[in-house]
Amino acid sequence: MDIRPKVLVTKIGFDGHDRGSRIVAAYLRDAGMEVIYTPPWQEIPVVVKLATEEDVDVIGISSLATDHLIVPKLMAALRAAGLADVAVIVGGIVPDEDEEALLAAGVAKVFHPGGALEDIATFIRDITPALRAKRITDGRYLA
Amino acid sequence: MNKPLDPAMVRPDAREDRWQAEYAGQIGSDNNVRNRSGVAIKPLYTPRDWNGDRHADDVGFPGQPPYTRGIYATMHRGRTWTQRQLIGLGTPADYNARLLDLIAQGATAVSLIPCNSVYRGYDMDEVHAELLGTCGVVLNHVEHMDACLAGVDVGATSCAMNDPSPFTLLAFLLATAKRRGVPWSAISGTSNQSDYISHYAANHMFFRIALPGARRILADHIDFCNRHVPKWNPMSVVGQHMQQAGATPAEAMAFTFATALQNADDCVARGMDPDQFLPRFTFFFDISLSFFEEIARFRAGRRIWARLTRERYGAKDPRSWRFKFHAQTSGVDLTRQQPQNNIARVTVQAMAGILGGLQSLHTDAYDEALSCPTEYGARIAVATQNILREEAHLTDVIDPLGGSYYVEALTGEMEAEILRSMRVVEDAGGMYAAVSAGLVQKRIGESARRFQDAVESGAQTVVGVNAYRVDEDRSARPSQPKPDPRKMRDHIAAFRAHKAARSPGAVRKAQDALARAANDPKDNVFAQVVAAAEAGCTHGEICGTLRREMGFGHVQAIV
Repeated sequence: MDIRPKVLVTKIGFDGHDRGSRIVAAYLRDAGMEVIYTPPWQEIPVVVKLATEEDVDVIGISSLATDHLIVPKLMAALRAAGLADVAVIVGGIVPDEDEEALLAAGVAKVFHPGGALEDIATFIRDITPALRAKRITDGRYLA
Repeated sequence: MNKPLDPAMVRPDAREDRWQAEYAGQIGSDNNVRNRSGVAIKPLYTPRDWNGDRHADDVGFPGQPPYTRGIYATMHRGRTWTQRQLIGLGTPADYNARLLDLIAQGATAVSLIPCNSVYRGYDMDEVHAELLGTCGVVLNHVEHMDACLAGVDVGATSCAMNDPSPFTLLAFLLATAKRRGVPWSAISGTSNQSDYISHYAANHMFFRIALPGARRILADHIDFCNRHVPKWNPMSVVGQHMQQAGATPAEAMAFTFATALQNADDCVARGMDPDQFLPRFTFFFDISLSFFEEIARFRAGRRIWARLTRERYGAKDPRSWRFKFHAQTSGVDLTRQQPQNNIARVTVQAMAGILGGLQSLHTDAYDEALSCPTEYGARIAVATQNILREEAHLTDVIDPLGGSYYVEALTGEMEAEILRSMRVVEDAGGMYAAVSAGLVQKRIGESARRFQDAVESGAQTVVGVNAYRVDEDRSARPSQPKPDPRKMRDHIAAFRAHKAARSPGAVRKAQDALARAANDPKDNVFAQVVAAAEAGCTHGEICGTLRREMGFGHVQAIV
């Protein structure tokens, strides 16, 4: 059975450059995924709430102007809300040293400018079945 | 615009026909070459495409309408463009050191980029500390502005403020001038981010008041500057955001003109004289890598603006007719892969802007796809301009491509393409209505997607990305400059102490006056912003008051 990944595409922090997030959201939608798109400037608690209520598999954060520096705060908020089994991917302008810090904070993958959109879709498709299985074994739907 | 000549009027040129046959025989049909704006590009341009018959009407001379060849008689031979590098990082002291360094290297004007927290209307004590100063200077009140510009004669240096509504940076600059005894009549420069429509349509970087309030504050700002800061350009109409967001060069210029018309209409509706406000309108564009397309677009833009200002507004002062623009090389065209290649890209983009007759230029640092620019990257960007001007002698001849069959024909085609997109906006009721309805945002999104598809399919080569890839040594990449956390902590502590030391009465009084102005259409909101800055109010206090009184402008979700 084909699994249709559910993805939240959003931006946290101050920056509003949304060309990337809009293109990625449209591409993933056209690739058959269920996409929840938000405009920029979301607060971390709002992202956590959306991810919970919409039961997403993946959160995609677009960062063009250093907003990735607060992604570790998002990771902590997700863990605190019991959403450690939601994968977070980051796309945009992320310097190498910051990428290491993001991966260490639990980010699943960082996509850089010039990457193919298809690589993002493939990555999401590959990780989704295991994420879903884990949500069930974690008992997330029992409470 | 040039129409192809009536074939009956021209003696058929056998040699041209022979070339055409020979070309077709070897290449076949290749009529599908199009530039980014969708204009079909032929393999060769000849007098059949442009022959100079309409030279006087369409091209003319520099400094004379329709200004195709330049808005001033002397153009770059008389005065080269302003070298204006955007900078901003860390604390006001960090900014000041970097600014004085750039001035020593040849920068001739100040430009100031505030931290994103400032763009979004907050003080440093209201936001995630991790983000402070990473993309711009953290500047929240008049004393910060004074420190940013220490050692700079503000009465003799043009200052470009990346300053969205409600224009607190200009207010802090005016307050600084007053403290230093410099009259406001000596202050010159530009409010670079005064175009709320482009922020709404394409670049959601900036503090946002709901559209009706933003519209009013802009008119107040233009009115105030025309009266009290006569050398200031309060209106910078911005095509750059829309092009960076995906608009084609023609669309970006069309939407920019549509925005300019909207703002000019609003000024006229307030009873302002076109010949007073139009000379202080400036434009700001992106320069993509599409070399000839950009040159032709800027030439066409001058022609369109000269016509619009005269025909639509009856402007009589030639200064109202001149299409003055600042341009920035396009960051979207830069790649993270093999970043040094970006030096070549920026050079080509800068040449297109210079040959297109710009008045002011920012060249991007080659490392902008990796991080906010490093000092090393910014130095190469400034040197690129110096090389083009003084080693390559690009400024020796005015409009050196004028009269080229291709460039003249393309200028006409770009003009037609721009006018076509302008009509779409006009039919939707003007730019304010078109943006409120999401029409412009949708067009921009579609064009962005089209370009991305061309890159993904390989139809558009991007060296190092979809072609000519090499294995790279990551360690050769520059590392991201970050503000010193200790200095930022001290900056925040000093800010808190500064706020506590103020007279609470004066601050409260200024905020109340600002709130009253927001609700009284006869008052001028920007005049009260200036008064609040002088009274010691902070940026966040001013923006917070207006956000409460005039409503927040959310971003529409359009995918």
